[in-house]
Amino acid sequence: MATDSTQVMSNPGLLAHKGGYKAMALVALTAILSLGLLANDTRWIYLLVYVWFGVAYGVLLQYGRFCMASAIRDLFAIKVPRMAVGVMIATALFSITAGLVTVSGYSTFHPHPLGWHIIAGGLIFGFGMIFTGGCASGSLYKTGEGNMGSMLVLLSISFSMALFTDLGSWSNNLAPASWAESALDKGMPEVLTVTDGWFDLFTAGYVWNLSGGTVGDMLGTGNVWIDVFVGNVLLNAILPSLVILVILYMSTYRKGYIRRSKLESLSYGDEMRGIWGMITSSKNTAIAGLGLGIFAGLQMWATGALREHYEIFNFGELLMKMGYSEGLSIQETVFDPGYWYITTQEAQLGGWVMSLFGRDVTDNIFFGLQNGIPNPLINAPLLMSVGIIVGAAILSLSRREFKWKIPSVETAVFAIVGGALMGIGARLGMGCNVGAFFAAVTNGDLTGWIFLAGMLIGGLLGVKAFNVWLNRKSAGDEFDI
Amino acid sequence: MAIKFDKISDGQYQLDVSGYVCPHPQMYTKKALQKLQSGDELSLIFDNPSSGESIIAMCETEGDEIFEREEGNGATTWKIRKG
Repeated sequence: MATDSTQVMSNPGLLAHKGGYKAMALVALTAILSLGLLANDTRWIYLLVYVWFGVAYGVLLQYGRFCMASAIRDLFAIKVPRMAVGVMIATALFSITAGLVTVSGYSTFHPHPLGWHIIAGGLIFGFGMIFTGGCASGSLYKTGEGNMGSMLVLLSISFSMALFTDLGSWSNNLAPASWAESALDKGMPEVLTVTDGWFDLFTAGYVWNLSGGTVGDMLGTGNVWIDVFVGNVLLNAILPSLVILVILYMSTYRKGYIRRSKLESLSYGDEMRGIWGMITSSKNTAIAGLGLGIFAGLQMWATGALREHYEIFNFGELLMKMGYSEGLSIQETVFDPGYWYITTQEAQLGGWVMSLFGRDVTDNIFFGLQNGIPNPLINAPLLMSVGIIVGAAILSLSRREFKWKIPSVETAVFAIVGGALMGIGARLGMGCNVGAFFAAVTNGDLTGWIFLAGMLIGGLLGVKAFNVWLNRKSAGDEFDI
Repeated sequence: MAIKFDKISDGQYQLDVSGYVCPHPQMYTKKALQKLQSGDELSLIFDNPSSGESIIAMCETEGDEIFEREEGNGATTWKIRKG
């Protein structure tokens, strides 16, 4: 390998290397395409809000290397809390912007129903992501760095979700009979065949019977500021994040801190300096977290304001007005969360491709009633995911970190199998590390912490399984010295 | 593309994980460092930047020192002295 020590620590300007030009070209291309869309119809601004917030998320994710898989895996596998610390700081900061959006009346967040499926989904998702090397958002930004293994993970997640929500009649017997009775009671249109397919039975016969809410709702003081900032922000996000930071410090960072500081016993002030040192060593992740928090809050606000402007509740209504009716749900809606979300739109991509091959997925509640399968070119949240890839590519090109990486057979198998597990976990748990954890806990929804607990258990089991594999492999010649 | 872990000379080792992405580089680096004696040096060759940040934090915690960093054509070489 050629090395050049003169390049060490060098920091050339953006246009001093090819990557900088490519990054600028990507920005220009995205801007030109956006302007073209607006020239066609200014109402595409609704979709472009998703795209450009996606680009911002991609830049921030790549900057902070923000990845929940890394947070959990590095903690258990190599006792490094860096990313976990960054995620906790991001959680605390995002809760404040989410709180501001909620009190302003522009929040688009809906709490998730509380049940066993949350922890089961988190567990399966957490186990899978250890093998793929990236969580749902991490795989997006890594794809933007040129990592084709991560692209494979995204495809695997997309199709496993679509296949899982479209399980055929053979899976009906795996659901309790009570689910079928309960699903029938819901009086859904026949076209949805709600008693056919495990995921439909699970949705209509189980999930719809559950309820959820935010900590702010539970407080119910009648004062929205107190409910949101004491309940959602302080009790559900900031205090648990601080407790987790202290646990991370005590269990991992403190050991190295004592050795470096050469102190025999630590005073309260020393401990506080140690915790601060741990936080600042995760500076990039924390800055990314702060940025993600601000942008995620702004996105909710921007989408909420556009809905008010166009007098709509859902992008599907706007698409109808613009003459696009194909791929909408029977309620004439599409998936339109209005905030940072990752997996549902990937499932739509899988479902849309399956429909191209003649498979009718619209008889499922997930596609037919809730989310639709719009053409990917007008699927706003999916274009947000594309925006994340583009944003990460822009920053990694300009930082000279972009590199095409073709996965080995081992990495490809891990990507496909791990991605499939992540997809199943995400659909069971109603989201991924972003939708089911990050967006949930920061909006006062306790189910986010339950999903995290599942991810931690799954992550721990995943690391143990990965170590077994590693030891088996390294018992051979390649690691024997 | 295979992971290569070699003894170069007494107390000098080399681990090449280029081409590998998370979680391999950091997990193999941990494993390699466990095989070394205090004071031994490991040349680590990798091309996955996010693993690098995890490896820095791991070395800080364990007391291992990254004493030389070189950027090459698409890959990075770090020299780590086991603490």
